[in-house]
Amino acid sequence: MQGQKYSAWSLFKHGLRHHKTWEPAWRRAKLQPAYDVVIIGGGGHGLATAYYLAKNHKVGRIAVLEKGYLGGGNTARNTTIVRSNYLWDEAAAIYEHGMKLWEGLTEDLNFNVMFSQRGVFNLGHTLQDMRDIERRVNANRLQGIDAFVLNTAEVKEKIPQLNCSKSSRYPVLGASWQPRAGIAHHDAVARGFARAASRLGVDLIENCEVTGLDVEGGKVRGVQTSQGYVKAGRVGCVAAGHSSVLARMAGLRLPVESHPLQAFVSESMQRVIDTVIMSNAVHGYLSQSDKGELVIGAGIDGYLGYGQRGSPHVIDHTAAAIIELFPQFSRVRMNRQWGGIVDVCPDACPIISKTSVQGLYFNCGWGTGGFKATPGSGHVFAHTIAHDQPHPLAAPFAIDRFHSGHLIDEHGAAGVAH
Amino acid sequence: MLRLHCPHCDELRDEEEFSYAGEAYIPRPSAPESVDDATWGDYLFMRRNTKGWFWEQWQHGAACRKVFAVRRNTATYEISGTWTLEEGKPLFLAETRGEAA
Repeated sequence: MQGQKYSAWSLFKHGLRHHKTWEPAWRRAKLQPAYDVVIIGGGGHGLATAYYLAKNHKVGRIAVLEKGYLGGGNTARNTTIVRSNYLWDEAAAIYEHGMKLWEGLTEDLNFNVMFSQRGVFNLGHTLQDMRDIERRVNANRLQGIDAFVLNTAEVKEKIPQLNCSKSSRYPVLGASWQPRAGIAHHDAVARGFARAASRLGVDLIENCEVTGLDVEGGKVRGVQTSQGYVKAGRVGCVAAGHSSVLARMAGLRLPVESHPLQAFVSESMQRVIDTVIMSNAVHGYLSQSDKGELVIGAGIDGYLGYGQRGSPHVIDHTAAAIIELFPQFSRVRMNRQWGGIVDVCPDACPIISKTSVQGLYFNCGWGTGGFKATPGSGHVFAHTIAHDQPHPLAAPFAIDRFHSGHLIDEHGAAGVAH
Repeated sequence: MLRLHCPHCDELRDEEEFSYAGEAYIPRPSAPESVDDATWGDYLFMRRNTKGWFWEQWQHGAACRKVFAVRRNTATYEISGTWTLEEGKPLFLAETRGEAA
């Protein structure tokens, strides 16, 4: 492994030299004419894929091609929630696989990803909500995932700021609680994987847009990019909202629809929220960053959109939901608002798959729930590319499930309105 | 906030009056019972998801409750026009002639 290790000792050592001797966190590599594996998409999932390929598999030379700047897409735009409390065995397994990787990630990457296991609460506001919560918690316990059903009093005790009044339009009747869930810093995750991948010899190429996929005789040969042609043995597409654009270059169709997903943060203020709260019924989800900002997310805008922005009434409705849950935030000022492009699948589950083109693999369709899956997704996709066979945890998410009918419906557990 | 001209009501209204009804003019197999799983699965699930000019459906839920066609650019959100489904179809077919789905 090349480059400087981050540690208390190196911090002290470089401090003696006034911190002028730190190297850039990753190499500005020059694009080579050929690679054994090309990863298209330099967000969290693409960088994680490249890292695990370099770390766990002998595949030769690897490049990540990013059309903008690393981690500038959905990785920069999510609400940083990490959890594994899904419903079906197949989905819970892959998110929990990711959760276990999160738990060692800072040490593994030698980069502080600020993973904070402060728990997640999914609130129930109706009797049916509570039945669904009981069912999902029971499923999680059978899957070996930490999960508890709480009643109103128990929720109020853990989240004193939450409005648990019986006179609310949608009173809090209880919640599911996953204690090991929490948040991580989105940029730190991208940078951590980028640095670790670069140290293992992966070339990270920014401002390099793929404009064509060279497929001949049913096999991928290379990629056309804004910086020239690159010969490639295997190509992994990890481009989130732009997955359909890439698929079309190879004559492939996907069941993905790209929607705006908006989020916003408040001004920094004293820490009052020490966990993550999500409500399907009232519809909003919130946490408070270490910087003191409330981080709030909405449901998707209904229309297809690649503009990384959505409509203002979506923000209005989510703000109303947050104030319903936390009336004392009604005077808090919102600082910044943005959108991402989420690639949503009909069953709210991802696609991690070989395709009908040999050597071409897709990892997409994570929709509104990709951030939490970052290490798990990269890890199993790396395995899939290296072995030309799906990792066992990835196999249920093959694209042919949309022909066989074996969809895995996680709209409820996705926690974000579609 | 998008503003859409409902061709049935002949009125320009705010986005909140409407709900999105997905990609327009997806051809439904005329004999569903005799197509194979892949064909049926393609019809149910595979989508153009175009970045750029796109034909889609919106429903005017707050008023006439009818569905109509809109041609909108999914990257810039510019709307080039709205039509009844019947009026829009020949325009859609002319534009997408020879294009892969």
